[in-house]
Amino acid sequence: MIDNPIYLDNNATTKTAPEVIDAMVPYLGTFYGNPSSMHSFGGQVADKIKEARLNTAKLFNASPDEFIFTSCGTESDSAAILSAIKTFPDKKHIMTSSVEHPAVKNLYESLKKQGYRISFIPVDSKGRLDLDFYRENLTEDTAIVSIMWANNETGTIFPIKELVNLAKEKGILFHTDAVQAAGKIPTDLSEVKVDMLSISGHKLHAPKGIAALYIRKGTPFHPFLLGGHQEWGKRAGTENTASIIALGKACELAMNNMDKEQKEVKRLRDKLEKALLEKIPHSFVNGDLENRLPNTSSISFEYIEGEAILLMMDQFKICASSGSACTSGSLEPSHVLRAMGVPYEAAHGTVRFSLSIYNTEEDIDFVIEKMPSIISRLREMSPFWKG
Amino acid sequence: MWEYTDKVREHFINPRNVGEISKPSGTGDVGSITCGDALKLTLEIDENNIIKDAKFKTYGCASAIASSSALTEMIIGKSIEEAEKITNDDIVDFLGGLPKEKIHCSVMGQEALQKAIADFKGIEIVEKEGNIICHCFDITEDEIRHAVSEHGLASIDDVTGFLKAGGGCGQCHENIQEIIDDVRGDLVRKKKSASKLTNLQKIKKIEQTLEEDIKPALKKDGGNIELVDVDGNRVVVRLQGACATCIKSKETLKNHVEAKLRQKVAHDLVVEESLL
Repeated sequence: MIDNPIYLDNNATTKTAPEVIDAMVPYLGTFYGNPSSMHSFGGQVADKIKEARLNTAKLFNASPDEFIFTSCGTESDSAAILSAIKTFPDKKHIMTSSVEHPAVKNLYESLKKQGYRISFIPVDSKGRLDLDFYRENLTEDTAIVSIMWANNETGTIFPIKELVNLAKEKGILFHTDAVQAAGKIPTDLSEVKVDMLSISGHKLHAPKGIAALYIRKGTPFHPFLLGGHQEWGKRAGTENTASIIALGKACELAMNNMDKEQKEVKRLRDKLEKALLEKIPHSFVNGDLENRLPNTSSISFEYIEGEAILLMMDQFKICASSGSACTSGSLEPSHVLRAMGVPYEAAHGTVRFSLSIYNTEEDIDFVIEKMPSIISRLREMSPFWKG
Repeated sequence: MWEYTDKVREHFINPRNVGEISKPSGTGDVGSITCGDALKLTLEIDENNIIKDAKFKTYGCASAIASSSALTEMIIGKSIEEAEKITNDDIVDFLGGLPKEKIHCSVMGQEALQKAIADFKGIEIVEKEGNIICHCFDITEDEIRHAVSEHGLASIDDVTGFLKAGGGCGQCHENIQEIIDDVRGDLVRKKKSASKLTNLQKIKKIEQTLEEDIKPALKKDGGNIELVDVDGNRVVVRLQGACATCIKSKETLKNHVEAKLRQKVAHDLVVEESLL
């Protein structure tokens, strides 16, 4: 097994914070009670869940009874979108961005097969949404708009507040997939009036298998899972107690670390990006540099292919992701980069670095030291590289 | 993570024979930067038709680089006659296996070798004609149609087992399924009754398919298409916007526009680009 990697793949998943593990472990072992039980042994777990819900809500400046816990970001997205569709059975149009995560994108594609008309909002070369297209396509027939708060591949942040307000003017439900934004940038829901919002625990230092869906008070909701009374009947099924407690702790930590995320993580990211662009010719950054998550850097290295880059990095235990086709089993490179019009030859050679508060100066220095030789080694093998 | 064998990893990390022979006896160029992999193989062949040296340059993933490296090791010292017999399966075996999504990397090796030998012999390789559905194994729509109708193939697995089509990246599965559905549906329809479209119906249906199924996808990439004329089974179109200058426009016309029109309107349609 490989441990202690140089982990720059935090948009894929994050290290579970030690404090989070400490908080959850007793509820896997000693305190195994069912929070729905009448006895105090179970009831004490219900109290901890209440606390976790409060801490989750605080990160979003929302009320605890507006959050239900789910199993993953995808479940939250599906629950929100399918609920909206049930709420408005006569509305047959739905809208999203052209750079959405598969959790939303593929759900939309499946709804298309059921007869829904779909608008995918185009983006420009920096990944910014076409707001005119958005405005023009908000209609009385629109059942829901679902747009991610920040993009997972480039880190581009979308103007959610403005987008929500435009939808609200027409009384259209608005959901956002905030899986990448949560904990990295302020997400104050008293300011930004989304109707529903998804988050996922493992993207903010909680374990995998726990997530949440925010449902603003007064928003009609049709449950995705039916059964018991848990989560006020909005999400049946016995609570994943230890993981819910973990998510609460992770949200509490994220609140406290927000400043570090904005300053320290950003400083390291900028240092990495600047150094790589300086040392490696024919490379460029993707995304909206003015409105970007502080931890993400998507860099295209021309004339070489992403999977090969990742496996070379793997030799040094450096973990990152690529927008390359070869890592996903398809011949087409990432739909996000293609929507932005990044040429195929550059899209194939794109690496996404995503940092967290656990990265150190040494991590970044090591990557800066190793990357130029990895890139030049692969370029020497490339028939397109003319040196 | 891809499940690569130790040998693939080893050939990727320490590739043999990287480079380009300055005055090669034969050169094989396959793939393109757009497709995500490409290989340039150069050979030095002596007067006894023995491959004295082979060098490669590869753009692509780890298995593409490993397959190229393996290929050079396999052919150096061999006669042309021996080398010609090498198939992509031999490359896969040499590497101890490749994930099924990566089989096309070995096919690329075989193709480059064949091209390089042909180049040495002064033979021009004639590109296969027709609408290629499976790019990993270079299988055309006609070949798949023929196999499905003549051999009663009913699933993608059947087609892969028979023709290898769809056994590489898997991206053509949807197209293969459409062909299967189409051919099999056609067999059923033929049994029922033969109905033919009038010219007017055909043109209307072509226009409808362009509007609903083709334009939205092209527009997403900043392009567009315009119907110029329909003459018998010839559909003449004009590509616009980004499509007009795209190097993949020919492929778009054949693989996307023609395939869709054939599926929705009539099998025998041929799409051509307007020269005006």
